[in-house]
Amino acid sequence: MDLFRSQVLICGGTGCTSSGSPELIRLFEEKIKEAGLEKEVKVVRTGCFGLCEMGPIVIVYPEGAFYSHIKAENVEEIVNEHLLKGRIVRHLLCREAVEEEGATRSLDEVDFYRKQKRVALRNCGVIDPERIDEYIAFDGYKALAKVLTEMKPQEVIDVIKASGLRGRGGAGFPTGMKWQFAANSVDDQKYVCCNADEGDPGAFMDRSVLEGDPNAVIEAMAIAGYAIGATQGYVYVRAEYPIAVKRLQIAINQAREYGLLGNDIMGTGFSFDLDIRLGAGAFVCGEETALMQSIEGKRGEPRPRPPFPAVKGLFDKPTILNNVETYANIPQIILKGADWFASMGTEKSKGTKVFALGGKIKNTGLVEIPMGTTLREIIYDIGGGCPGGKKFKAAQTGGPSGGCIPASLLDTPIDYDNLIAIGSMMGSGGMIVMDEDNCMVDIARFFLDFTVDESCGKCPPCRIGTRRMLEILERITEGKGEDGDIEKLETLAKNIKASALCGLGQTAPNPVLSTLRYFRDEYEAHIYEKRCPAGHCKKLLKYTIDPSLCKGCSLCSKVCPVGAISGEIKKPFVIDSSKCIKCGACQEKCRFNAIVRK
Amino acid sequence: MSCNCCGKDQEKYQQLQAVIDAKKGTKGALMPVMQEAQSIFGYLPKEVQLFIAEGLGVTLSEVFGVATFYAQFVLEPQGEHVIGVCLGTACYVKGSQAVLDRLSEELDVPVGKTTKDGKFTLNATRCLGACGLAPVMMIGDEVYGRLTPDEIPAILAKY
Repeated sequence: MDLFRSQVLICGGTGCTSSGSPELIRLFEEKIKEAGLEKEVKVVRTGCFGLCEMGPIVIVYPEGAFYSHIKAENVEEIVNEHLLKGRIVRHLLCREAVEEEGATRSLDEVDFYRKQKRVALRNCGVIDPERIDEYIAFDGYKALAKVLTEMKPQEVIDVIKASGLRGRGGAGFPTGMKWQFAANSVDDQKYVCCNADEGDPGAFMDRSVLEGDPNAVIEAMAIAGYAIGATQGYVYVRAEYPIAVKRLQIAINQAREYGLLGNDIMGTGFSFDLDIRLGAGAFVCGEETALMQSIEGKRGEPRPRPPFPAVKGLFDKPTILNNVETYANIPQIILKGADWFASMGTEKSKGTKVFALGGKIKNTGLVEIPMGTTLREIIYDIGGGCPGGKKFKAAQTGGPSGGCIPASLLDTPIDYDNLIAIGSMMGSGGMIVMDEDNCMVDIARFFLDFTVDESCGKCPPCRIGTRRMLEILERITEGKGEDGDIEKLETLAKNIKASALCGLGQTAPNPVLSTLRYFRDEYEAHIYEKRCPAGHCKKLLKYTIDPSLCKGCSLCSKVCPVGAISGEIKKPFVIDSSKCIKCGACQEKCRFNAIVRK
Repeated sequence: MSCNCCGKDQEKYQQLQAVIDAKKGTKGALMPVMQEAQSIFGYLPKEVQLFIAEGLGVTLSEVFGVATFYAQFVLEPQGEHVIGVCLGTACYVKGSQAVLDRLSEELDVPVGKTTKDGKFTLNATRCLGACGLAPVMMIGDEVYGRLTPDEIPAILAKY
């Protein structure tokens, strides 16, 4: 292997790829060659660094210089100054990486990363995901070698049980127990499946693991195969993730070439192989029985349990299904031991959890923190708070199955059980921050719209019940809410939760229930006062001109497309609300902030 | 095997036949075959569904059932450029609905439909996973991030 004095790491995750990192990689390689440095400096395309907000991100080692928002025209400067002359290009560094005295901080010292503990994401942004050698160099496949040569299948299951690892995809079922059930089932064929159908809007950690460290998932699935006695695995990936699919396929091919998948792995007599199956855009396929139906090539409709998949799953054979992030923890639990893993987190939620921070927050991106970290630490210390000086209103976790957490609960330590207790859930770890401009009734409507669209239609409570809830919410946001609507929503929610067939239906009312619990006043304002306190619901908005601020310049009446504004020059103008279409053009144009929307 | 292929489509049907032959023996082959078929034909007209059903030895209703269950399968021809506006939560709270509304207005086409000249198909999509760039849309393979409605006309003009 060639030795290089410097390495330029460029993020090749979906976020940075979208903002132009492939072109940067090409330019860096070109300019490095022009400078004659191609034998000294290596360009590495890595997985996601996590801080998507700052993308495209370029990191130069050994200094750990953290360049953010890099554009094509910056490449030459970094090559000529930093790589050729050894001078860090300060003005291109991420602003948090520059201290007041002018000294520079390396990546690990930036606030965004300081509180994080990377277990599942440990290789993301560190290695080239398309080269298995780099994974192997970071202890890759060592855990597989350990279980195949030193451990009995039951010992593997015991370690996973003792670690306290719980499923990272939603409900948080103990992983070791799941494996035990499948190991106890006797059959001629068993299957190991990986759920990479990351359907929670706003969650993208599984995509990042597959893009940044696909071998960790392959290794863990082989370990699971050994533990339960399966020889075949399937990874079910969303078709919306083309880069993840491509890298996973490359990793599988390389693992086969190296004899780490296939027959007689490492000469131990154990055989295991993997296939990828693509989803086709159905949220319900994240539910385990629906996912298995879909791998079988059918409509992805859930079926009643029992029998549980550990007894009768894919192709009617005993099957385990874990999600990507869960698998990404496994090799390290095997290598470092159950005690190491169990030393992180809270009493009932061990280890770390990856969250995808998004919405109205400064540092959008992926963060991995020990369980038990408070929401406040995640949103303010790591996420940097809401941008534009806006007031934090709520954090939404658990996607369409979860709920909204208000500011008063910011100090809750995040773990599975605490989130359930406050009416939300972990889900796969999406965390969308909302500020004062977001209407909570509209957010509830948004999620119901999602579930209605994604309901598979098999069971009536979900098919019909969620639609009735959506109709009520639509009426409320349009200003046609009636007395009794809140009670109707509550009754419907209770009944759907109790009677729907699968997790999707049973949790669908959660966004409504949690917003009713913490933001009931907003519902009441919509229904009884026909007013949207956040100023979001268009049909409830009213534009007025504050006569004390209006200078009578007439600009607003000129831009109004429907002629709803009239007045005399140099006297306050007025808006005729019966004509106003609430387009907001006047407010944008007014130079005196005289136009009020509420 | 019966198929209503005209001369122009002959080659496509041959490609599809090769896909069917390669996957026929594997478990759960229907969806992968349909995905390949859609990438060959651009959509799944009835004739193609029938061809798959006969090729794999399943009923047409089974193929149609799968085709209509999953959002990714389309039964009508798509526009030259397919626009997908992300309506994931992160994009929604950052105003992607306004972006979608503006596109619908500029193109004079409802969401989910294709413009009369066949140039654009406008879709609302699920989370694209590029939440750091919210609000996001895709036109073909090109991703546009941190959008405002006012940028829409200039972007459309490029196509």
